[in-house]
Order: sequence, then C-alpha cells, then structure tokens
Amino acid sequence: MTVGVVLVSHSVLLADGAAELAREMAPDVVVRCGAGDVDGGLGTSLERVQAALADTLGQVDDVVVLADLGSAVLTVETAFEVDESLVRRARLVSAPFVEGAVAAAVTAQQGAGLDAVAAAAEGAVASIGRPGPVLELVETSGTGGAAGTEIVGETVAVVRAPEPAPAGPVVPADGVIARVTVRNPLGLHARPAAVLARAVADLGVPVTVGGVDATSVLQLLALGATGGQELEITARGDRAEVAVAAVVGLIEGGFGEV
Amino acid sequence: MTLDVAWSERWVRRSAEALSGARVELTELDRQIGDGDHGENMHRGFQAVLAKLDDGAERTQVGHVLKVVATTLMSSVGGASGPLYGTAFLRAAKVTERDDLDASSVVVMLEAALEGITTRGKATTGEKTMVDAWQPAVDAAARAAQDGADPVTVLQAAAAAADVGATATIPLVATKGRASYLGERSAGHEDPGARSTALLLGAALAAALTDEVPAA
Repeated sequence: MTVGVVLVSHSVLLADGAAELAREMAPDVVVRCGAGDVDGGLGTSLERVQAALADTLGQVDDVVVLADLGSAVLTVETAFEVDESLVRRARLVSAPFVEGAVAAAVTAQQGAGLDAVAAAAEGAVASIGRPGPVLELVETSGTGGAAGTEIVGETVAVVRAPEPAPAGPVVPADGVIARVTVRNPLGLHARPAAVLARAVADLGVPVTVGGVDATSVLQLLALGATGGQELEITARGDRAEVAVAAVVGLIEGGFGEV
Repeated sequence: MTLDVAWSERWVRRSAEALSGARVELTELDRQIGDGDHGENMHRGFQAVLAKLDDGAERTQVGHVLKVVATTLMSSVGGASGPLYGTAFLRAAKVTERDDLDASSVVVMLEAALEGITTRGKATTGEKTMVDAWQPAVDAAARAAQDGADPVTVLQAAAAAADVGATATIPLVATKGRASYLGERSAGHEDPGARSTALLLGAALAAALTDEVPAA
C-alpha cells in the first residue's frame, strides 16, 4: 500500500515550498500540488485540485490531502462531492499545512497506510503553538558563532530548546542504552532528523532518541538538539543492540554534513 | 411565463449582466470586510459561464444549464464563493432535471441550493454570510408556494426576501468566513456574498418577467 500527499493552497509558491520540504525528507513519496486559481494567481481552482488528485491517485493507492485557508478546504470538499468515488481513496485532514505535510510525507515514506499517514499529519499540530522548542533564525558569523557553524554570513533556521532536553526514559530490562554526541554544527535539524527517522523505521525496532520516538521527525526536531549536545539512545527487543549501534553510527557520522 | 430551459439561460445572462454592473460595488464591500476580490471573482465566473453556454451543446432541461453554471463557477471563481455557489448550483441542478418548474419545484430548487451552501460553508443565519440572504429567500418562496402562488410569484417572493436579507446583514458582526477575522469591526458593512445572492435571485426573477436577453 502506498500513500501520496496532495497540497492544496491559495498560493502556488506556498504549496511548492511545502512540497519541496516534504520531498527533501521523503524522496520516494508522490507529493503533488493543487494550488492557485485558474491562472496561477492567489486562489483555489477545482480543476487544479482535481488534476493533482487524479495525477497522484494514478501512481499510489491512497492520498492524504492538506489544505490551507478556508476556501481551499471548500474546494477539496467540492471535488469530493463532484466525484464521490474519490472519498474511498482520498482523505482531507485537519492539520497545520507545513508540519502536517512533512509528517504525512515522512510517514508515507516509511510505508504506512492511509490511516497512519492521516494520523501523523493531524498529530503534527502538537508540534506547534506551545511553549518549548522554537524555530529561530540565526545569523551566522565567520568565527563559528554559538552554533559552531562555519557558514559565513547566512541566515539559517535552527530549532532551539529553551531548556535542556528532558532526561531519557527508564530503560526496560531487555533494553540497550548508549550516549552519543551530536556532531552536526546546526544540531539535529530537519534533514538529519528525517534521515534518522527513516533509518529507525526501516530497522523496525523501537528506538528512542533523547526520550522521544525516533521514527517521528517532528518529535526529533522538537528536541532542539544542538551541535555538541549529548543524546541518550535506547532500544529494546531482539535486535536492540544492532539498532542502537546503527543510530549511534548515524549520529556520530554527522549525517554526511561534517 | 414558463420557467423552462430558455428561462434558465436568460437567468445566467441576466446574472452575468448584474454581476458585471455590480463588480465595483461588490469588490468595495469585500474590501471593507474581506479580501476585496468578490466582485472580480463573480464577474469572471459568470463570464466563463457565458463562454461555456456558447459552446453549442444541446440543453433541454433547466438542470442542464444549472450544472454548467455549477462546474464553471467551481473552476473559475477563486476564493470561497466558487465552491459555495458551485455547490449551490450543483445541488439545484440535481433537483431540476425537468422541462419546466412549477411553484413547488422552485422552492425545492432554492432549498437544494441553500442546503449545498450550508453543507459546504457550515454557516447558519445571523453569521453575516450569504446564508442570511438565501434562508429568507427559501422561507418566503415556501410561504408563497403554500399560498398557491404561481412559479414567477414564488421567485418574486424569494428575490425580494433575499434583497431584504442582504441589507439586514449590515449591522451584523461576522462570525463565519473571512470577515469574522475583523470581529466587531465587520458591523456596519453589508456582506458581499449576501448581496451577490440577492443579485442572482433578482436576475432569476428578471429572466422570468421578460423574454428579452441582455446584450452580452
């Protein structure tokens, strides 16, 4: 079973940007946009939404649909009314547009079914709108700066935790635990988090990183793990040792960025 | 006058004419409490419907024409009014697959349109939306039909009630749609969707009162 993602937005730029982000983290997932009015200006068009749905459903079994402002939602519902057969294979979720798109795509990349992908998108609301880790724009400097980066004169987005990450959970009897230091200068940002989540999902072993479910990109991002920070890795089950070693290897390897 | 397929085509042409004439007024209303595109969107939508009607396809029933209106508005009107009016005309088309409308069919058509709008927009009366024009129109039409009025008189009752309903949105505070972002500041302005509803139903009446077709 494969699930694709359709992004419906008033803005072509907005949808394309969210799709770009989702594809970066889930390269094998079909992500299509139904955005803009008939001429590509701000608005929504039933034809564009229908085309995106048809294109996606031509390649995958089911599709999760995210929409931005009110009339984008109405347009999707209208598409379902015009062609009632769509409802069996397409589901409109109530989710934050960007976070939901990323969560849906990453979950779909892991081979999950429609229910799980929809739930991931809707669960993404938990990652926004509450105090805790925040996304900050940081002006980098040539001297390394606080984040230890060597990029000169660029603004980058990093997730920062206002407080130290919480301690890891109690490790069960059959568990394995290890500690590893994040080597990426920008910390566990979007791309490494996605790589890590995919790898852990492929392993099929329950793993926590910094106390959170390591298959969840959004939870990993919310850790706000910065470069140099130590993280606790735990796993349990038959292949716990292999899984922890693999995760430690990935993090120590710097995800190809260092 | 019979409310047949020729009437429904005249309704479309009268609507296009009315919306073309009101595009500045509607856009101005929408600029005050919305995003300022309602006049342009409705004008563009009905011009697209006119182009579709000129494709030469044979249409024998009222519902055939209303279906063209529905699908064209859905595709060509950006913003919420596309799906809202599109769904209204789609539902109306489904219940008017007949050669002409009697008094009760007019009521059924208006009820179906209102139901489409409330299904899609989840709005009810008093929220400063197009429902505040549609609901009194449906109620007035139903009363007229019950009193034994002919189909044209039923339309007249609906159009008059929609006009009153639209005007009555002026003091309301919006709680649905884009205008609700303004809260109390939305009071004092007429809702553009309610006004365009009144224009559409007024066009339906005008098309029933005379055979004349406005110049495109």
